Amino acid sequence: MSHSTVPRSRAGAKTPETTPVESDEATGSSARPPSGSDGRAGKLALRLRFRRDRTLILMTLPAVLLILVFNYIPILGNVVAFQDYDPYLSENGFIAIFQSPWVGVEQFERIFADSAFWHAVQNTFVLFFLQLVLFFPIPILLALLINSIVRPRIRAVAQAIMYLPHFFSWVLVVTVFMQIFGGAGVIAQTLRRHGYDGFDLMTNPEIFKYLVTVEMIWKDAGWGIIVFLAALSSVSHDLYEAAAMDGAGRWRRMWHITLPALRPVIALLLVLRVGDALTVGFEQLLLQRQAVGVDASDVLDTYVWWNGIRNQDFSYAAAAGLVKGVVGLALVLTANKVAHLMGEQGVYKK
Amino acid sequence: MSALVEKAAPVDERPTVPKPSRWAAPPRPSWEEEPAKAGLAGKGIALGFACFAILFPLWIVIVTSLQTKKTIDEAGGLVVVPKGITFIAYQELLSGGQVQTAALVSVGVTVVGTLFSMTVSVLCAYGLSRVGSLGHRWILMTLLATMFFGAGLIPTYLLVQGLGLTDTYLALILPSAVSVFNILVLRSFFMGISPELIDSARIDGAGDWRILWQIVMPLSRAVLAVIALFYAVGYWSAWFNASIYLTDQDMMPLQNVMIQLVQKQERPVGLSAQINTGQLSPLAIQMAVMVMALLPVAVLSPFVQKHFKKGMLTGAVKG
Repeated sequence: MSHSTVPRSRAGAKTPETTPVESDEATGSSARPPSGSDGRAGKLALRLRFRRDRTLILMTLPAVLLILVFNYIPILGNVVAFQDYDPYLSENGFIAIFQSPWVGVEQFERIFADSAFWHAVQNTFVLFFLQLVLFFPIPILLALLINSIVRPRIRAVAQAIMYLPHFFSWVLVVTVFMQIFGGAGVIAQTLRRHGYDGFDLMTNPEIFKYLVTVEMIWKDAGWGIIVFLAALSSVSHDLYEAAAMDGAGRWRRMWHITLPALRPVIALLLVLRVGDALTVGFEQLLLQRQAVGVDASDVLDTYVWWNGIRNQDFSYAAAAGLVKGVVGLALVLTANKVAHLMGEQGVYKK
Repeated sequence: MSALVEKAAPVDERPTVPKPSRWAAPPRPSWEEEPAKAGLAGKGIALGFACFAILFPLWIVIVTSLQTKKTIDEAGGLVVVPKGITFIAYQELLSGGQVQTAALVSVGVTVVGTLFSMTVSVLCAYGLSRVGSLGHRWILMTLLATMFFGAGLIPTYLLVQGLGLTDTYLALILPSAVSVFNILVLRSFFMGISPELIDSARIDGAGDWRILWQIVMPLSRAVLAVIALFYAVGYWSAWFNASIYLTDQDMMPLQNVMIQLVQKQERPVGLSAQINTGQLSPLAIQMAVMVMALLPVAVLSPFVQKHFKKGMLTGAVKG
């Protein structure tokens, strides 16, 4: 057991470890955790542990500070939803939060009485449902298609092309769609030149929800195949061979081996999507808000943006945002619970 | 002697075996049936359609940006088949004025932001990758919790205003500087590096900074490239923060200028001569701006592509 006599760190004084204890442990189990095992570290005094790990803690500090400032402090800022917030009460708008009068749930009563809010809720759910039905299966189909390509070069090229649009900004995607399907776009121009009536899909409120879904498919369906390809690459080839020996054809192998292999990933992504149901493309909808009109494009996120940042009605918008946040959190937790009940792992472990 | 000759023989034969082309299909396992012609054709059509749907719009945008006003007018809008190539639209845009400033702003924010985000994330990921260190679990939980609920737009906006970041470039970088998901990806990659390697470095007297810089980071170049690309694309594509935190038009990044030029059909400020004299089509200018926005991303992402799967897979295993 010569290796166990070596101190774990150069400054051996940091960790008071004695050779006999170490060698006992080492003989007990060879698969000892490499450093700071739970048993031993737990016995060390807090001060010693801090001295040992201070560099590591120092390293995490910048990220933790940024997260605390930009993710946790604003959570407290949500109290403006229960106030009649006035940014001009103080030089600094954030300090003004402490001076604004409390109004209780008045803002929430205003929201629930507003038909525009309920319209935004309705739009949110319509878009969510369309995404679930039209968007969700496409990456699975594409992944099966890509996975069935055996030539490595074709596979790599196809993947490179399909990943590409994911990296374009929404500004670019919306603009490209405008150039193709808009009133002055390629298709309308070509039709007009051949004597037909032109059309403008970009400003038609009736089909706007489908347009949004198609844009989403164009941008992100290719990216979505990555997770499924990863799941597929871990399937053992022996399974396919054994199935083939038993007389299963191409399609039976797909049905009985490939699809069951995808089941956990599909369940996980479905849970994630349902948990995120209230978020349906904020930037994308904001960019097309003017072209298509508020009625067709307003969802919860854009409703908050409009009332808060454009109309400066901060308390009202914060209350709407809070409603969205609370319902969203409940959705995530419920969806995850359902995943556990179905026997899948879900987003986090139990 | 004879043993030597026998050994040498296969070496001589090797070059005569033709190397299989990378386009060719690898040999099929014996149990797998040959694909039917109809199946192959169907697959080809489906794949071809998907690739066409992605590439065709990009093709027209790029081609139109390279045409003269005459060809664009003849085509009555966007050009599908190019007739000659000219770079006047790009020359005009990059000879000063609003678009050039915006492009410089975007490049600057992307470079500075990516460097900052990478530094912070790599440090944090390494700090959290040594399981069992003091506070490790608490810090991790603090980060993970933000993946479940956000603070909301309005309080964040009020905070950024309150910190005095409005109308500074810091407002484009700081609020979105750290992505918890990226930290988790880096962390699980760092945790996969063999602990024996790190322990032996420690025995040789390396501290945590040195281990990170000389052992962990060189070993994780692939995942560092992927995460850097994610951050860079994030900064390059961002327009919303600029639209709410910046009021000065001269500070706007490229994406925001693109919205003004293409969606709202405004004239770019600072260039006039050639548009007014009718040599340059406004459409070509718009398309050139779009190409400037898409080109860096389109050129960079294929290089990092082969590492995507690994990155996404390690990231999917949380906590």
